[in-house]
Amino acid sequence: MGLDQQAQLERERHLLVDARPGRELNAMVLEPMMRIGRAFWPAVGVLGFLVLAWWVTWGFQMWWNVGITGLNRVVMWSLYIANYVYLIGIAEAGTFIAAALRLLDIDWRRPISRIAELLTVFCIFASALFPLAHLGRTWKFYWLLPYPNERQLWPNFHSALIWDLTATLSYLAMSTLFFYIDLIPDAALARDHVRGWRRTLNNWLALGWRGTERQWRLLKVAQLIFSIGILLIMPSVHTIVSYDFAMTIQPGWHSTVFGPYFVAGAIYSGVAAIIIAAILFQRLNHWGYFIRDEHLNGLGIFLLLTSLVWDYFFFQDFIVPWYGQVPTEKQVLLTMMAGRGQLAFWLMITTNAIIPFFTLWWRRVRTWWPAMLAISILIQLGLLLERYIIVTIDLGVRELPFNWGLYQPRAAELIMSTGAVAFIVLGFVVFSKLIPFVVLYEVKEGQFLVQLKRIGKGLIRSKME
Amino acid sequence: MADATQAEHKWTMVVDLDKCTGCQACVVACHAENNVPIRNKSEVQANRAQHWIRIERYWVGDPPAKARFLPMLCQHCNRAPCEPVCPVYASVHSQREHLNLQVYNRCVGTRYCNNNCPYVVRYFNFYDPYFPAPLTEQLNPDVTVRTAGIMEKCTFCIQRINRAEQQARTEGRDLGPDEVIPACVQTCPPSALLFGDLLNPESRVSKVLADNQRALRVLEHLGTEPAIYYLKGGKSYVRF
Repeated sequence: MGLDQQAQLERERHLLVDARPGRELNAMVLEPMMRIGRAFWPAVGVLGFLVLAWWVTWGFQMWWNVGITGLNRVVMWSLYIANYVYLIGIAEAGTFIAAALRLLDIDWRRPISRIAELLTVFCIFASALFPLAHLGRTWKFYWLLPYPNERQLWPNFHSALIWDLTATLSYLAMSTLFFYIDLIPDAALARDHVRGWRRTLNNWLALGWRGTERQWRLLKVAQLIFSIGILLIMPSVHTIVSYDFAMTIQPGWHSTVFGPYFVAGAIYSGVAAIIIAAILFQRLNHWGYFIRDEHLNGLGIFLLLTSLVWDYFFFQDFIVPWYGQVPTEKQVLLTMMAGRGQLAFWLMITTNAIIPFFTLWWRRVRTWWPAMLAISILIQLGLLLERYIIVTIDLGVRELPFNWGLYQPRAAELIMSTGAVAFIVLGFVVFSKLIPFVVLYEVKEGQFLVQLKRIGKGLIRSKME
Repeated sequence: MADATQAEHKWTMVVDLDKCTGCQACVVACHAENNVPIRNKSEVQANRAQHWIRIERYWVGDPPAKARFLPMLCQHCNRAPCEPVCPVYASVHSQREHLNLQVYNRCVGTRYCNNNCPYVVRYFNFYDPYFPAPLTEQLNPDVTVRTAGIMEKCTFCIQRINRAEQQARTEGRDLGPDEVIPACVQTCPPSALLFGDLLNPESRVSKVLADNQRALRVLEHLGTEPAIYYLKGGKSYVRF
């Protein structure tokens, strides 16, 4: 193979050595932003309807109260809490991709960071609404906040729910700012190259970014601080979410391994969600240039890794109570495996452990988008089922057999759950027409740093530091 | 005035399982005394029956099996799992009387307390309470009618405790050993339920529990230190 051929091959494979003129790159990102296709308004209509149904149902629930859900005397937490844990889990990985992979300087993160960060923002907003929807008296939610008041009543800082509220709100603030800081140079790019109201919007978002030496330096410092900060917050947030369960004495919940197990599950579902979003953007916006096989491959390896970590913690969480054979804990496991949770349990094992394990080892699978899309969607289903099992099936098995119960979701919970997913998708659909969706300055930076160097008869990619 | 954190009473109930016939008179009495709403058939079928005291029925042995009854109500644990988990201090402890209190108007309905209650004796108002026509005439004016969206549970008839204490205070004397009688105890036909102050050696519960071989507490291994003692002889098949 000649050098030209080799160079050609490298350019086809790797985004960072396939440098194109800035104008061309800008056009590729900004053109889909400006174009409103035929499917846009119908999609906004359908998704908007689902989101509206969510709010209307919530209104109904406040009027009639929680009776319209499927909750009962025994199982008093259900799909709302499962949704909360699930969605905040997806939100975790968004920043993981953007922050951890940035600190580790892993290059395939560059074009997909924005997607990951936005996923975090939408998911955390949707998930934060679920604990509120779950309250019996939603309109009193502010009693959980430590605000000064004349009666000198404070929230109970012993309660895991207060830790949870604190963690969720700080994560919401951090991840929104993190997303915004990363957006500034791209907003400035859009301001300079588009017309109309999008220019006004991006002008406003860009905060007077001029791209001076000092501004870049400040941006880099801010990104570094936020990356480190968010990397510290992220595992603690999901550990605290797991404490909502682990700190109780309910059999099946009271587990010392819940913290890392939940963190692993969170990153797992998040990586799968990013794969789904990345594939959809690659297909719908014709971004074959930005999102290539190497990105799907990198994400696929990451997915396999998180899958194995999840398997490990799941095994830990299972085998210790099983070996202990404490009657109630054993009953929890039996109910999952061979009782009411049977279908959900084995489906979860299949989608979360078996399917990824027997497919993702092969590069051909990892780079074939329909397979990756299918696997990722199944993993989403499996991880929602996991949370559903932990919340409702475990809670249905109590210390005294008189109190064993079954939970079945009713329409209200299903409408609110679909509404939340629709909210996230709608967020993506709308925002993809407002701001640039590729972190273009990071791609350009990478293309500047990475060069093909000739060594003997071969070409290698070398990166300047 | 005594220090608020100093225990003045240790309200305790004794349930004699060998006497309980499972007649459920205590359940009815509790509904009448404490304005516990009556849920309709579909709600009960959805497993939302609301009784501050309930009779748990267990079948023992192969059919024809023996039915054994376990009256279950809030255990007023000394170290209650429901208390630390409440984010707004709606579930609090009275150190003075050893009671678990539920502050209705502070409750926001996270329902976390019920998740952490191993006895599952806390009840959530899934809907606003409904009392069919004549029942509205007999609501107890001493007890709040709870709205939808909050938790409630057995209070050991705290309104009766307070009334007895006030009566004793106006008469300038100490509270008598068996002056407080909750509705369920008052009603129980075979006198399977007893109630009193364990700190008062003259009370019936103190006398019954003194060196009683039959006494046990439900799920004692969890360390909740319940205030309800169950009496069970060797022939009784209720096991925990």
